[in-house]
Amino acid sequence: MKPEVLKPVFDVQEIRAQFPILKELVHGKPLVYFDNAATSQKPRRVIKAESAYYATINSNVHRGVHTLSTKATEAQEAARETIRRHINARHAHEVIFTSGTTGSLNLAAFSLGQLLLKQGDEVLISGMEHHANIVPWQMVCERHGAQLKVIPITDSGEWDLAQVPFSDKTRVLAVSHVSNTLGTINPVKELIAEAKKRGIITVLDGAQAIAHLDVDVQDLGCDLYAFSGHKAYGPTGTGVLYGREELLERMPPWQGGGEMIDTVTFEKTTYAKLPFKFEAGTPHIAGIIGLGEAIRWMEDYDKPAMAKHEHELLEHASNQLLDIDGLRIIGSAKEKVGVISFVIEGVHHYDLGTLLDQQGIAVRTGHHCTQPLMERFGVTGTTRASFACFNTMEEVDAMVAATKKAVKMLR
Amino acid sequence: MTTTMSLAQTQQELIDEFALFSDWQDRYEHLIELGRDLPLIAPEHKTDDNLVRGCQSRVWLHAEPKNDLVHFTADSDAMITKGIVALLVRVFNDRTPQEILGASTDFIDTIGLRAHLSPNRANGLSAMIDQMKRYALAFSADANKE
Repeated sequence: MKPEVLKPVFDVQEIRAQFPILKELVHGKPLVYFDNAATSQKPRRVIKAESAYYATINSNVHRGVHTLSTKATEAQEAARETIRRHINARHAHEVIFTSGTTGSLNLAAFSLGQLLLKQGDEVLISGMEHHANIVPWQMVCERHGAQLKVIPITDSGEWDLAQVPFSDKTRVLAVSHVSNTLGTINPVKELIAEAKKRGIITVLDGAQAIAHLDVDVQDLGCDLYAFSGHKAYGPTGTGVLYGREELLERMPPWQGGGEMIDTVTFEKTTYAKLPFKFEAGTPHIAGIIGLGEAIRWMEDYDKPAMAKHEHELLEHASNQLLDIDGLRIIGSAKEKVGVISFVIEGVHHYDLGTLLDQQGIAVRTGHHCTQPLMERFGVTGTTRASFACFNTMEEVDAMVAATKKAVKMLR
Repeated sequence: MTTTMSLAQTQQELIDEFALFSDWQDRYEHLIELGRDLPLIAPEHKTDDNLVRGCQSRVWLHAEPKNDLVHFTADSDAMITKGIVALLVRVFNDRTPQEILGASTDFIDTIGLRAHLSPNRANGLSAMIDQMKRYALAFSADANKE
């Protein structure tokens, strides 16, 4: 357990005051930002940490003997340690910095593909995956002659656990911890336990989980865990691939370049040790430092209290929206984060998104990079509101009123 | 009727129409109304071949030559998009290919529409105009052959 520290009482107004962007007007109206599943806004502390790096210690990491390089290296490695602690990894070198969840999943897919996949093998994903957890696996399956298998989705937007197509050819299980489109919190622990019994390597896409759930990679039991910094109040262009040390040692590097080598001759290159084997090129140092600060910020402001607040927003939004004639919520899982996806009879999501924007409300419309899931539910797209700790009940009411107005205009 | 007006006059008419509206709601309501009056594409032409590439909502656009003029019909599954297509059809419909190819599309900016469109939607709008001009070009080439 983490040591007991005194947390401030959760006060949404106090939290809001830390996000400069929330003072912006959109079309002359106060911004209501409900697109946090796409990217969350950033608190001042994160913005400051990133700019302070450029203003005071900008230098390349792990290369120079000079003072700035040492300071930059220390700051980056402190962020790695913060993340290790936050996700309860055993070692800091199990935390690999990437450009985002997509970068992490591509690394995982290409490296694991080379390590394990052979003709006839199977990779198991689920029917609610983001394209970033479908396409890289399709690409490596094609390369190695393997096949992609899919866990079907129930009407409530959950995995159909009675129909998981495990087989003796399954080598990798790669699934989302939380659905970006539906908000479903998946029973990953259960599935990982089953996969482990069968000797299957397990990969979790945690893009939508990291800002909302307590993620403990040892407790989850996964081999690899991918997430982005920018969905967790951190800078864009940052991400993490956590990997179990023993597996990472066996996995071949994906990209070659500086920093990831031990020795290079034209005949043969030997690779650096973890985590640098997987971190070719100059990393997004400023972003990584910002990400470390974002994680500390979430810890300071009490992640479980934030999650509780977001859940209240979700409940309130669901109740209010269902008042609208012809509105259907896609995804009614028992366990959800603050994501609500809906369709309205006779109203195109694109029109609704445009008219909400005119009223200062930012939501996402479309297929949310989950086209197979859209097909499963027989829709071309949805309107999605996704909440963060800084959102308020009043904002939910504003969205509901704006939606009603838009529906009236469109019907 | 619009057929007696020049293309430039129709553009001016639209600019004047939209100038009447001071707030976003009236402007969008008018756009949606225009969409309801759009000359609808015949079901047999509502095919994937006639989908305009580059639009997030689905837009079908069909053109056929009619007495040396280009006759457009269209549809969309989204109301606002349909309104935007209707604007374009009102300006370009039943014109000669030369008129269409030579037309400026400044009126879209003057109306203030582009400023209200997301980059995706602005791309979609450009895609629709390109498609209309391509039809005009194809018909003028056909006419030159004859």
